Amino acid sequence: MSQTPNPLAIKKPVTYGANATQKLLAFASLVSMLVIFSLSSPNFLQTENIIAIMLSTAVAGVLGIGVTFVIITSGIDLSIGTVMTFCAIMAGVVITYMGLPVWLGVLAALAFGAFVGFLNGTLIAKLKIPPFIATLGMMLVAKGLSLVISGTKPIYFNDTEVYNLISMGSIFDLSAFVPNLAIPNAVLIFFGVALISGFILNKTALGRYTFALGSNEEAVRLSGVNVDRWKIGIYTLAGAIVGVAGILISSRLNSAQPALGQGYELDAIAAAVIGGVSLAGGEGTILGTVIGAFIMSVLINGLRILSVPQEWQITVTGLIVIFAVYADILRRRK
Amino acid sequence: MSDSATTDDVLLRMEGIHKSFPGVLALNNVKFDVRKGEVHALLGENGAGKSTLMKILAGVYTKDSGTITFEGKSVESSSPREAQKMGIGIIHQELNMMQHLTAAQNIFIGREPRMWGGTVLDEKTMNTETKKLFDQIKIDLDPRVRVMDLVVAKQQMIEIVKALSHNSQLLIMDEPTAALNDKEIEELFRIIRQLKATGVAIVYISHRMDEIKKISDRVTVMRDGTYIDTVRAADVELETIINMMVGRKLDEMVRPDAKIASDEILLEVKNLNRGRAIKNVNFQVRKGEILGFAGLMGAGRTEVARAVFGADPFETGEIFVNGKKVSIKQPQDAVSHGIGYLSEDRKRFGLAVGMDVQTNVVLASLSRFCNWAGMIKSKDIGKTGEQFVDSLSIKTPSLSQTVKFLSGGNQQKVIIAKWLVRDSEVLIFDEPTRGIDVGAKFEIYKLLNRLVEDGKTIILISSELPEVVRLCHRVLVMCEGRMTGELSGSEITQENIMRLATTRETIST
Repeated sequence: MSQTPNPLAIKKPVTYGANATQKLLAFASLVSMLVIFSLSSPNFLQTENIIAIMLSTAVAGVLGIGVTFVIITSGIDLSIGTVMTFCAIMAGVVITYMGLPVWLGVLAALAFGAFVGFLNGTLIAKLKIPPFIATLGMMLVAKGLSLVISGTKPIYFNDTEVYNLISMGSIFDLSAFVPNLAIPNAVLIFFGVALISGFILNKTALGRYTFALGSNEEAVRLSGVNVDRWKIGIYTLAGAIVGVAGILISSRLNSAQPALGQGYELDAIAAAVIGGVSLAGGEGTILGTVIGAFIMSVLINGLRILSVPQEWQITVTGLIVIFAVYADILRRRK
Repeated sequence: MSDSATTDDVLLRMEGIHKSFPGVLALNNVKFDVRKGEVHALLGENGAGKSTLMKILAGVYTKDSGTITFEGKSVESSSPREAQKMGIGIIHQELNMMQHLTAAQNIFIGREPRMWGGTVLDEKTMNTETKKLFDQIKIDLDPRVRVMDLVVAKQQMIEIVKALSHNSQLLIMDEPTAALNDKEIEELFRIIRQLKATGVAIVYISHRMDEIKKISDRVTVMRDGTYIDTVRAADVELETIINMMVGRKLDEMVRPDAKIASDEILLEVKNLNRGRAIKNVNFQVRKGEILGFAGLMGAGRTEVARAVFGADPFETGEIFVNGKKVSIKQPQDAVSHGIGYLSEDRKRFGLAVGMDVQTNVVLASLSRFCNWAGMIKSKDIGKTGEQFVDSLSIKTPSLSQTVKFLSGGNQQKVIIAKWLVRDSEVLIFDEPTRGIDVGAKFEIYKLLNRLVEDGKTIILISSELPEVVRLCHRVLVMCEGRMTGELSGSEITQENIMRLATTRETIST
């Protein structure tokens, strides 16, 4: 240790990505929403309703986790909604059209998601196309291909019951002890994706470069890091996570709906932003995004239970997003 | 007086270095050498070629000709990475760090220790290793602290440690004290002395004369892209160094326009303050004069100009136009009081580079060129455009030429035209000739003289001393946010300006 006293040194060990204020704010909002809705309606705090909320959070939550990686690099991915559908369609092609085993269909969804992510990353890193434009283009490409491949008709998984169980089954069924307490697999998968992603983001090189690229890409390049390769890797990972969402949604609906998907990307980005992931890059946590996704679905669910018309639910969600971003700006100004 | 290294303790030798950029010979037959374990100051005015020389050494630029030997080996470094590998590190004036990451993460970026078969980062080892590096040069810092939570001085130390962790034998420091206070400078000097003791050589670029004798062993002076001399710091007076930097002959340059400005005070600024950037600045601008703002980079000249123009907020201060107190909170307030600001960064702040000449000329006063329904009167725009292209002799093939394709000097004229159309009385020029070739510079000088003859008033911010000496009726000199003096008439010499520009505040507390 040094002998010279150093009054300027800040002795505050900070875990990075620790975006405490915003996360606290988001968590506090979630808790207060839960309290308010519970007090306003006896129907809110019911086991069935809580499970419904978790189930409806799963898909947007998983998408939000995928896009969290991208946003931390100060990029954006607008293609996640329609790519999710594209992955679902590919699972349908493999399972229903080709009659191959379910696990191959699942693998196909993940692989196509990763492949589209790889393409996004390559367009952005190698061809230097701005992320907004590259993924906007990919959003339309994926949407078009889904319609072409499916012949604009839904693909049903009626012959393979097990596919539906991926989302709707429950390996964590406590209904024998507490009535109705059977947590659907979709929710467990959502939490699993969150845990693994949190590990990747905080403990591996890929996660480190995710933050580093968002913080100062040029500095990373000058340090001799192969920036392009890591960037492509990050988009590929995000794509694979989108593949998971594709499996979750199609197995829940027991069908791959080619027209579905657009709009989900905005919910996912909103969840990340509400959870404190900074669009300027360099900051964000998986836990934040998970909380952000819950805030959105609790809000919609609660307003529905209070019989607020759907058009107002949408309006309120929009206001929440604007407020969350403004809170982020205020914090940044400090 | 020359003291070139000849013996075998030479670490670096650069000889016959030439480098030209389009239109400019940046380095002309420059030589430079560094011995092991010495602090070698590299001095010269802005534009003398110091940074270009160091960027060649660090692999940022490639030289046109000349030889470089480092540790006895010939060097053809072509990338910063290769220079780093050889043992040459550079600490840029603008620190290049990942603000969201911790100190240790910044230092180990790209070569993080791993565990679990390389899959997982070993944060613990990284932090201990960083702590060891910190201890080596006795810095008391937590490796886990985020860079954005540190003051600039600490961030700079992390950059130094990062360079050292690559086993650098030579460390280039470009204006390392520019953003530091006295206490922090002392700490930096302590670290420099410690590095010296371990045999690391340091090239020290600074504008602050008082530091040179304190820290450096030898001094090399450059001027206008050429090598002037290398001397032992202990043997030489500061005055001599300044003379070498400025070049005595330039003294003799006489201002072409000796006409004395009126006594009428057009603009007055009282007690302007903003943090460390602007400290209690007072000045008056007389109608029809060219008032120079001189000082080194970061002295606060641009900050004052931007505050007066309403582009940046200020904490306290009063602004008077024609004797009346005015409130300037935004650029539009300043513009409505007849103040125009011509930024040093023409492309970013001065021009719509993708639009044509005539549109740029009327852009700041577009509402005057619209009819009652808000439709643009293109004929009037053409007429005005033509008038200014003629009167300022803007060289352009046509009025509808895209501004992007004009030369720097002509772009500058388009901006001047823009502010003249807006009826500006006071024009603030921030480095109007930066990046403009010599011929075009003289045209801009002539134009500035003509503008004041026509009754306009000019505030000229310039880092090129000959320009200031040549053009200005009065010169205000700044250093570290304070006004350190006012010069007028024959007092305006490069030596006087330099002396005032390096008059640092003595800290009494």
